[in-house]
Amino acid sequence: MSAAGLDVGTQTLAERPRSRRRYGPREWAVIAIGALAIVSILRVVTGADDLDSSGALAAAVGLAVPIGLAGLGGLWSERAGVVNIGLEGMMILGTWGAGFFGYHWGPWAGVLGAIVMGMLGGLIHAVATVTFGVDHIVSGVAINIIGLGIAKYLAARFFSGLPGGGPTQSPPVKDLPSFTLPGVSDGLLTVEKKHWFMVSDLASVLRAVCTNLSILTVIAVLLFVGTWWVLWRTAFGLRLRSVGESPVAAESLGVNVLRYKFLAVLVSGGLAGLGGGFLALVAASIYRDGQTGGRGYIGLAAMIFGNWRPGGLLTGAALFGYTDAVQLRGGAVVHAFLLLFAVILLAVGIWQVVRKGRMVQGVLAVVVGLLVGFWYFAADQVPDELTGTTPYVTTLLVLAFASQRLRMPAADGQIYRKGEGH
Amino acid sequence: MRNLTPRRVLMTLAAPILALVVAFVITSLVLLVFGDPVGGVWETILKPPKPRQLVNIINAATVYYLSAVAVAVGFRMNLFNIGVDGQYRVAVFAAAVFAGQAWLPGWLNIIVAIIVAMVAGGLWASIAAYLKVKRGVSEVISTIMLNAIATGVVSWLLIKVADRQAGSNAVNTKTIPDSSQLNGFELIPGATNRVYTLIFLSALVGVAYWFILGKTRFGFDLRATGRSETAAVASGVNVPRMVMTAMIASGAIAGLVGMPLLFGQDHNYGTTFQSGLGFAGIAIALLGRNNAVGIVFASLLWAFLDVQANALQIQAGVAQELVFIIQGVILFAVVIAYELIRRADNRLEQARVARELAAQRTAQPATEGASA
Repeated sequence: MSAAGLDVGTQTLAERPRSRRRYGPREWAVIAIGALAIVSILRVVTGADDLDSSGALAAAVGLAVPIGLAGLGGLWSERAGVVNIGLEGMMILGTWGAGFFGYHWGPWAGVLGAIVMGMLGGLIHAVATVTFGVDHIVSGVAINIIGLGIAKYLAARFFSGLPGGGPTQSPPVKDLPSFTLPGVSDGLLTVEKKHWFMVSDLASVLRAVCTNLSILTVIAVLLFVGTWWVLWRTAFGLRLRSVGESPVAAESLGVNVLRYKFLAVLVSGGLAGLGGGFLALVAASIYRDGQTGGRGYIGLAAMIFGNWRPGGLLTGAALFGYTDAVQLRGGAVVHAFLLLFAVILLAVGIWQVVRKGRMVQGVLAVVVGLLVGFWYFAADQVPDELTGTTPYVTTLLVLAFASQRLRMPAADGQIYRKGEGH
Repeated sequence: MRNLTPRRVLMTLAAPILALVVAFVITSLVLLVFGDPVGGVWETILKPPKPRQLVNIINAATVYYLSAVAVAVGFRMNLFNIGVDGQYRVAVFAAAVFAGQAWLPGWLNIIVAIIVAMVAGGLWASIAAYLKVKRGVSEVISTIMLNAIATGVVSWLLIKVADRQAGSNAVNTKTIPDSSQLNGFELIPGATNRVYTLIFLSALVGVAYWFILGKTRFGFDLRATGRSETAAVASGVNVPRMVMTAMIASGAIAGLVGMPLLFGQDHNYGTTFQSGLGFAGIAIALLGRNNAVGIVFASLLWAFLDVQANALQIQAGVAQELVFIIQGVILFAVVIAYELIRRADNRLEQARVARELAAQRTAQPATEGASA
């Protein structure tokens, strides 16, 4: 068995050589302003002010960070060709590490503990997949079982009887420092409350990032930039990625394939653990059983959504973090988005029919768009249970419509044995 | 196909035994490191089960067996159906809603509900199969996503159809009528509880799995696709169709997972319905090497550990989640052992062939020389 699985259906489309436009800062600025305008219009039309209130956005940032860190972990490991389904288990280990070390030796020790515990999970995964050539998916599933077991066992062992702790949760951990720009934050809040078109929206975005910003969020952003730089701008990163693309070629050039894979999986575990640590240290100030709630899987989804690239992953994490946040703040916001989806679907459908001549897809999109639009006008809100599935549905849709354009590392999931390339 | 030479038998048995030993050692080490009573833990876990616990073990194994076979169908053709977890929950929900309506009497209700479950499980799996075949989406990812979506959709629908009792917090579907509840068999003397009636369903699925995969052309094609996709294509297998069939079959079997629980124990689907059976199925299928008989032993072992661990908290003062560590280590150890043994086996085989070739060469050097 190989984790690469069957090839059926995965043949990539023969792409026409198209002149790839690189997006420069100007294009990105246009996109950002356009997105802000769309959200603004949507807010004004639907009257859902919580759509981009600074509270909702700050919550989104907080929820996006663990997802992003888990996805970053997945990125490291998969770029080196090791599929990591075990992110969830590593995150769980991280939450326990943060709770235990954080309680005894302060929050910074908690951060370290989370990383170390996550790396422990990474170590198991690396030994199994890299050293012993176990199937990556199998090992990942086993790590998710074992990670849960270790965390629950250790929690019951060490947190029972502590003040405020119990078999399923740790005593409270002290908070990490967080920043607020004094004056600016309040000023922006005033502007935000005016609900001016565009201006208030911009204010709430700014306020969200300069109020109560946890230092761990800043570190996470730095890790994103660092990962991009290391993997795409250094010789080390080139070698690491070459291991994920073609280990045989890499080895022929003198790269120690197994060592790179091992290292990448260790880093992956550390990042996933830190993601778990964020949940325990920043989001909750406490370790709790079941705290991760499948965020490791969402991280994986965000990474795939982002086409195995840090920028895309960041977008995915932000999107999923945002859906998570608005879900927690009630269904009215998601309801507002139904209108946006309906409009987009209608536009896409009409464009497909008129410009591309694709009747079936076009009509399908229009019909679905009309249904979503009907849903918007018929119901007052979307049930919470369904809102929670947004990240997963989005990922499935992206995969369904763009999977032949996504490009994962060529040797992702394949088991490599030293000297195989003879 | 496979000869029962002593080496084969030894190789097959070596891995599971090795895995158990490794799990024993590692778990003991963990307990030692954290200062928990090693002796007490093993005494609790390895104590012969009482009749009541024996019934529990058999019942749990019945359910695990179905889950593991569902996973194994995919594994045999190199498809990872991580989605058994979602498939069985969708299926058992559909079956519970149907059976709760009591449109049909007694056994008929049960049989049709089981078919409903298989259809629901198969349909849910067919989403992943379709995405795999038509859009090239890895089934691992799509089934993980579908698991999470299943959780959301089922809990949403559950609230819609819930049969609320006054003064109770439980949210569940309408309880199935008495005539469709199965009382079970009194297989174990001295036990007050009974073995699920639907244990025969598990047996049936096991036999069908063995027969269809081992003895039919379809099964051969399926295994051939798993071994080598290109070879299968060359011999005329329609791989996309096989993927659809195998995935839907896997989903349909996954649909059966909840049936013994639904008709033999819970009698409705609610928030307290056992979850996580799909992931256990993956582990058990691997442990049993996707073999119909091997999975029986693997699911009994899994169930044994589960049931015995219940007493850990009371008798040894250790969290019962320790059992996850034991199970995880067994899983790791067994897959690593299989891999190492496969390598050793290959080496032995190569050595044997080389020896025989060398013997041939020394035996007939003259003829070779003459023909040249």
